Order: sequence, then C-alpha cells, then structure tokens
Amino acid sequence: MTSLPEPSAIKLGLVIDLDICVGCQACVVNCKEWNTSGYGAPLGDENAYGAEPSGAWLNRVHAYETGEGDAARTVHFPKSCLHCEDAPCVTVCPTGASFKRAEDGIVLVNEDWCIGCGLCAWSCPYGAREMDPFEGVMKKCTLCVDRIYNDNLPAEDQVPACVRTCPTNARHYGDLGDPNSEVSLMVAARSGFDLMPEQGTKPVNKYLPPRPRRTPTEQPMSLVAMADAETPKGFWKWVDTTLEKLG
Amino acid sequence: MRPAWSIIFFTSSSGLGLGLAGWIVLGLLDFASKAQLVGIAIFALALIGGGLISSTLHLGHPERAWRALSQWRSSWLSREGVLAFIVVDALLVWFAYAYLVGTPPLWASVILLVLILATVYATSMIYASLKTVARWHHPLTPLCYVMFAAAGGLLAALWLMAVIGQPASMAMGQSVMLLMAAAWGVKLAWWRVAANAASGSSIASATGLGSATGLGSETGLGSETGEVRSLMPPHTSENYLQNEMGFVVARKHAQKLRAMAILLGGVLPVAIVWFAGGTITPQSQAALALALGSHIAGVFVERWLFFAEAKHVVTLYYGDAH
Repeated sequence: MTSLPEPSAIKLGLVIDLDICVGCQACVVNCKEWNTSGYGAPLGDENAYGAEPSGAWLNRVHAYETGEGDAARTVHFPKSCLHCEDAPCVTVCPTGASFKRAEDGIVLVNEDWCIGCGLCAWSCPYGAREMDPFEGVMKKCTLCVDRIYNDNLPAEDQVPACVRTCPTNARHYGDLGDPNSEVSLMVAARSGFDLMPEQGTKPVNKYLPPRPRRTPTEQPMSLVAMADAETPKGFWKWVDTTLEKLG
Repeated sequence: MRPAWSIIFFTSSSGLGLGLAGWIVLGLLDFASKAQLVGIAIFALALIGGGLISSTLHLGHPERAWRALSQWRSSWLSREGVLAFIVVDALLVWFAYAYLVGTPPLWASVILLVLILATVYATSMIYASLKTVARWHHPLTPLCYVMFAAAGGLLAALWLMAVIGQPASMAMGQSVMLLMAAAWGVKLAWWRVAANAASGSSIASATGLGSATGLGSETGLGSETGEVRSLMPPHTSENYLQNEMGFVVARKHAQKLRAMAILLGGVLPVAIVWFAGGTITPQSQAALALALGSHIAGVFVERWLFFAEAKHVVTLYYGDAH
C-alpha cells in the first residue's frame, strides 16, 4: 500500500551536525559494509577496480564551500534518506514496494515487489535512492532497521551503522517525534533545519548548522614584529653594538 | 533527465495509437469490408500495445510489471497501467462487436473515448506530477500529450481513409491541419513556460548553508556566505543520480532540435495534407504515409527533448546554483 500512513507518534531519524563533520567518509563505508550484507540485495559495484567505478551507496558525503577570502569555509555534508513524513517516493510507487512504516516512520523498499522502474528516485528531491546496477531494484537507507531492533547486538550497537562508526560524533539517531528526546533537544538548541523545506516533503532527519565563527577580539602580533621590538641586553647588546660599528 | 528510448517510444507510440483509436471509436472510418476492420484494429492496437510493452523494457524486473496495477489510489504510473489495461480490453470488445454485430452503441463509444483520454492524461501525469522536475510540473504538460495524441491520431485516420478508399471531406483535411497547428501551438507555449519554470529550490536551500534560508541571522554564517559552491562531489566518477537526473549532452543543440521537431512533426505533415488531403490516389496514399511518418519522427524528437532538457532538483547538490 503506497498511500502514506497517518503520521506516526514515533519518528525515527538522524540528526547530522554540519559543525562537526570532517568528511572522513567512515559513515559512508560502514553503511555500505553493513547494508551490502544486511537488508535486501547486496549493494553492487560496477567496475569497482577500474578507472570509473560506480555503484549503489545509501549514504554519500558532499563538500561545499561558502564565502570568500577570510570568510570562506568548508562544510562537509553527509546525505542519506531523510525518511520524509510526506514522502513522494512512497506515493509514486506503482507496486506498493516503496512504503513508510506506520509504527516508526521508516521508509523502506520491499525488494521482492520492486519492478525497478526508478520513478521513486525521480520523485526524491534529495537523491536518496539509487538503483542497484545488478539486482534491478531500488536501494535506499533503511535506518539500519536490522540493527536498531536487533536484540542480538549489544545495546551500543543498536543504532544505525553510520552513527555507530562516526569518529567525531557528528551523527545522532533518535526519536524526532518525541520533543524531549536527546535528538529533539539538540535540534531545538542548535536551530536544526530541514533540507529543501519548499519541496513540501517534511523530512524527519534534521541538520545542525555550522556554529558561528569565533572572531578574535584583537589582532595577534606577528612574531617578526615582536622580535624587532625587543632590545638586546648584556652580551647580546655588546654583539649588537659591535656589529653596528662594523657598518 | 536521461531520455530512455523505451520510454520515448512508449509515450509517442501509445499516444498516437490511443489518438487513432479515439477517432475510430467516434466513427470516423467507414470500413468497407471486415478485412479492413481487422487490419485497422491490429494497426491501432499494435501502436498502443507496442508502446506499453516497450515501457516495461527499461524495468529492472519486467516479470513483476503486473504488480504496477495495484497502487492506483496514489500513483499516476499505476493509474496509467490500469487505464491502459482497461482501454486495450475495451477496444478489443469494441472491435469484436463491430466485426460480429455492427456499429457499437453510442454510449459504449463515448465511455471508451473518455477512457482513452484518461489514459493519455495519466501517461502525462506520471511526469507532470513530479515536483522535483520543474519543467514538467505544469498543467500544460498533460495538454501537450493530449493534443499530440489527438492531432497525430487524426492524421493517421486521414491516411487510413486514403488506404481504405474512403473519400475524406474538405473539413477532415482542414481539421487535421488545425489540430496539428494547435498541438504545436500548445507545445510552443509549453517551451516558453518551461524555460522559466523554477523549482523554488536552490543550492542554498538544498544545503541550508546560504543566507536564503534565514539561517544567517541565527548562526552568523549567512552573513559570511550568501553563496554556496560545490567543493567536492561525494565520489570520484559519475553515479546513478548524475546519469539519471543530470543529462546534459544535447541541451546545447536544443534550439536546432526544436526547429527540427516542429518542421518534421508539424510543418511538413500540414503541407502534405494541404496538397494531398481529400483525394484517393496511390500518390496521395503515399504522400499521407510520408506525412504520418514525418509527424512520428517529429514527435519522437519532441519527446526526446522533453526528457533530455529536463533537469532534476538533485543536480543542486552537484553544484548547480539554481
């Protein structure tokens, strides 16, 4: 059934901190590693060791640059499925393979029903879906549904692979439907925002903006100027004046 | 967007076949013999069915295509599938009735005509409903599809009249020319609208890093930035998204291709109908066949441009400014 369910009370999703991410790509790699052997078909790679490798990935990290000169800064920008409340990828699906779970809002693809028409990828403004080059089915972030509810794993591992692996703690997982959850409090405190709100998809995942740059209150003195300003004493004063006399 | 041949063939062939079927159902063709009826039924159904079969060729799993009939409540692609399925079956019944009994009752033909129009509309809405492709997301998109089906279908009917030796009235030829001009008129208007179509999104809203989102006042970042540039793509070579959504190869030739589409799809067919319409000679049969072939080629170019020129908002993440 590809009609969207009533908005769920529990909205599981990610909060990504653009201030912290260093673009190390560890989340990208761990996502691929977990999901190529987890939910559904493996994530194929074409020409993996050739000049132009390409394949299906569920999480990709872009890098952007803003501002000019001293004001310029680099922002690393991880992007995966945002598990939208008004997910267009669900309603366009002709087969019912693309669906949003009523209980926690996770958007998934039933790969046994997917005909590989690609329309869901066309309907997603974020580029969160990629067709597997070998299996002919649509792949997307599952929010590691096979980890987060998996009681065989230790409690600290029951989070999405990308969150678990992030060495800088730039990725957070939780219930964004609960205003008092850690992730919701973080979003409130840091003015978390939606990507492309004008597309009307109501994404569950939120992004935290880079913190404002700290501008120094006074100009630091240059080392050369500090050295020049110093007047030599004792032995060095004698050396200095003697050398001056030599012309 | 990547112009897949299977989809271009599907939309143009099924559109033409459905248009022709619509005029047949309206009783435009007088079949002199049952052989003619069968031949023309096969021709129309082959155009429609060929297109539908072609549309399954680009699927990752064509064997599961039947599942696409299930989600008509939310999906235009599913609605198109369901309607096409019903129309093909209803046309078979209509032709069978015409073969066995005689002219089908008017109410049946009217219902069939409405279903045919709905199918063409549903085909166009697969694309027009996508908010992510600003050029398509417009009410003129369905009108283009319906007009080309009607104009192409009537031209095909005029050619078939010459083939079966049915004299075509002056009004018939004039209608073809008028409808053809109207269809390309709508298309010209569509191109004008499409040129200015904006998604409302920008690299600033896509990343939240520009001043456009109002983040600037909150974080102090907007005042520093105002402009966001892609520094590095997330991979070393092109990926599925770029292949699928960022097709740019022939955008630079768009003007030439548009002229070619209008010339082949509209001007040449109208000129031929002007000179050859309404007469039943071997020469006019050949000329009208040429007019139809030229129109099909023109619509093919038009449909190729429809996809090739369209840009998806995801390209913003890959460095497009707006």
